Amino acid sequence: MLDLPDYINQDFEVPNRYSMIPLCSKGILSKVIIKNEINSADHWAKCILSVSSEKDEEAFSSLFTHFAPRIKSFLMKSGTGAVTAEECAQETMVTVWHKAHLFDPTRAAASTWIFTIARNKRIDAARRNNRPEPEDLPWGNDPEPDASDIIIIQEETTLLAQAVKDLPSKQRSIVERAFYADLSHQEIADETGLPLGTIKSRIRLALQRLRHNMK
Amino acid sequence: MTIKHHLNEKLLMSYAAGILPEAFNLVVATQMSISDEARARLASYEAIGGGILEETEKVEMSPNSLQDVFNKIKSAKTKKFNAPKMVEGVFPEPLKKYAGKELGSVKWKNIGRGVKQSILKTDSDASARLLYIPAGTAMPNHSHNGLEMTLVLKGSFHDEKDLFKRGDIEIGDQDLHHNPTASNDGPCICLVASDASLRFKSIIPRLLQPFFKI
Repeated sequence: MLDLPDYINQDFEVPNRYSMIPLCSKGILSKVIIKNEINSADHWAKCILSVSSEKDEEAFSSLFTHFAPRIKSFLMKSGTGAVTAEECAQETMVTVWHKAHLFDPTRAAASTWIFTIARNKRIDAARRNNRPEPEDLPWGNDPEPDASDIIIIQEETTLLAQAVKDLPSKQRSIVERAFYADLSHQEIADETGLPLGTIKSRIRLALQRLRHNMK
Repeated sequence: MTIKHHLNEKLLMSYAAGILPEAFNLVVATQMSISDEARARLASYEAIGGGILEETEKVEMSPNSLQDVFNKIKSAKTKKFNAPKMVEGVFPEPLKKYAGKELGSVKWKNIGRGVKQSILKTDSDASARLLYIPAGTAMPNHSHNGLEMTLVLKGSFHDEKDLFKRGDIEIGDQDLHHNPTASNDGPCICLVASDASLRFKSIIPRLLQPFFKI
């Protein structure tokens, strides 16, 4: 622990300050963000926005370099063969380009949005059937996007990822296996007390944030 | 729209992870299209997937993959991905692909006492159907071998536990024996998905079961 000052600093300074600020006080929130210009959590979101608004090939290339190898790996862990995983990862990135204008950074982190596309490609590849895709639907209200809302949504996902990593290994493995499609929904249902443990509070914070952005 | 009955955390996680059969996906996607609150709940679970993707170690892509992707993008017939519109009709967008554009286009089959159903085509891991229950009519008392999701699309029904209105989902499992009854003020139309056949308490519906695929 002693040799991890950066991580400790990050975990206590930035996120906790966010979560202690009342959700309604947008003004204070943006001041905090300006003060701590260390956030890169929204970097990928900005890249997707550039792809959407300017067909920015450079931004797309950096998204590709970061996400494509992770999507491929994610799909291979989900039991997809290397060739299909490569194909699906490419398809996912093609869809990222075409659907960039549907990405709403106040509703999802870049990684979450890309995950949902990859997940659907996996289902399509495995079942060769249609999947209902509610994620393309616009949300009910469409308020003007606020920079602080965007950063915080991206940040929440980073914190949730950290919380998943920090779960005891048995619990972590159940959550990961669910997402790698290595467990069935019956097996999840049979888990007495889904071991979400400490990540539950993170999920709740993410939900509060989404609700706030819906207003 | 404010709804009262949401998915539980296990089902939210299963949907987010992409491990539900198609019929259940359809019910969940339809509810998400009715309620922003339901979408926000789901999104908070999908964020776990985003986090896991972010933390996954890389596997190298093939050497020309980026160029391949740019080629695919450029050669794609400029297919415009328009966001579907939120409509106030009975059928939200995801359901239209399965059930037709509107209520009027559904091909119903009578299954007795004014109750009608229409089986929707999904893969065989679970089945999906629309159910039309006339006002004040009760469905036969039944329990479930597996998982059953009932989403109200129009009207409302009540059972021993509660009242369910448009957008509400009732989750049925081994522990739930119930007797859903449409409210008196109008017919109730539901989207039902199930991964096992129902267990009726009386013999007649049980004998009819194979014919109606319920």
